Amino acid sequence: MKHLLSPLDLSVDELDELLRLASDIAADPARYSECCHGKKLATLFYEPSTRTRLSFEAAMLNLGGSVLGFSSADSSSASKGESVSDTIRVISCYADICAMRHPKEGAPLVASMHSSIPVINAGDGGHQHPTQTLTDLMTIKELKGGFDNLTIGLCGDLKFGRTVHSLIQSLVRYNNVKFVLISPRELRVPSYILSDVLGAGGHEFIEVERLEDAIPELDILYMTRVQRERFFNEEEYMRMKGFYILDNAKMKLAKDDMIVLHPLPRVNEISVEVDNDPRACYFKQAQFGVYVRMALILKLLEVDLPC
Amino acid sequence: MLNVGKLENGFVIDHIKAGKCMDIYNYLGLGKLDCCVAIIKNAKSNKMGKKDIIKIDGGLDLVDLDILGFIDDNITINVIKNGVITEKKTLSLPKTVTNVIKCKNPRCITQIEQELDNVFILTDEKNHIYRCKYCEEKA
Repeated sequence: MKHLLSPLDLSVDELDELLRLASDIAADPARYSECCHGKKLATLFYEPSTRTRLSFEAAMLNLGGSVLGFSSADSSSASKGESVSDTIRVISCYADICAMRHPKEGAPLVASMHSSIPVINAGDGGHQHPTQTLTDLMTIKELKGGFDNLTIGLCGDLKFGRTVHSLIQSLVRYNNVKFVLISPRELRVPSYILSDVLGAGGHEFIEVERLEDAIPELDILYMTRVQRERFFNEEEYMRMKGFYILDNAKMKLAKDDMIVLHPLPRVNEISVEVDNDPRACYFKQAQFGVYVRMALILKLLEVDLPC
Repeated sequence: MLNVGKLENGFVIDHIKAGKCMDIYNYLGLGKLDCCVAIIKNAKSNKMGKKDIIKIDGGLDLVDLDILGFIDDNITINVIKNGVITEKKTLSLPKTVTNVIKCKNPRCITQIEQELDNVFILTDEKNHIYRCKYCEEKA
């Protein structure tokens, strides 16, 4: 039985197959509307995450399945001190597949070691969030036609942003992808990503401090939020915060076919005025997130297609 | 000069960094053994200046020596049979290390999950880097 704990659990071939299925679903969702009839998805969310949980639930409901679960540790047996391994053994009796979000890193791996149903990591602390990466990859594939020969700008908090790390680790598996890393000095990509992932593979990358300097050459701009509390001092935050807010003035410098992505939720790092720009694709990205989760559920449940 | 009796059959853990023999004694659980165990601290060494040595009057199967490679791969093991060294073992880094060290990451599941083994996996042999199996934090 397969689980999905890290984006790199999928080989390039498996990923291509999954994205092809997700693309077919996007083209004709109705064709898949009964594929999981009688199947149940358990959403085990030990910390709140409205977007991810609802995306999983929407995916299962779109497939004709049903959902059960909890949305915070307070409303689960974890509040009584139950271990993850005991919880998953019990949930395995109730559901056919589960999606788990947990504040402790590695909790979904522990669950997978004791589970008799597929476990999907829906985010474990600052560690992994593979279905966000799948969402990002599907969006890029659908909107740019593939992954090769792209220049991607990753902007904002590149130090703590797990979605950024996973996306880099996934994209280096393709040909001639160039990375432009746009962040304040305090929030640069960790050195192990630069040395072990980008440097070791000989991938082209540059680090810059200002979005305006980088935006003209980008095919994709992946925005993340720069949080005030990440800065060493307020003065530095005030000096730099404008560098990482995307507005129409900065969009004027970009290519006509650049796309803007964001894992959401957005706070103020993308000005609302950008939403009407056809290059703003972050809400389409949320839609693709449902399709790719539908494809993932079908694959992990080994549903025979066409159904 | 202190004299410790010659081993007839057993093994010698040699080239232990001076002052570390009690750590190794504890890691290997030598306190639980029935056989004779000699601990020699601060012995003279041409190579190291000072070193610690542990002599164990018993078979290699008494302890799990893999862990020594994780602690210090300069350590050597001499196997003694009938009073002579029959084998010199050099240590390699074990692929996994279980319940020897604890994960320091406060966000790791090992901090709260009952009876979960602390497992570290060798991810970079060249640089001796082990990472937690669960959260991937460096050891």
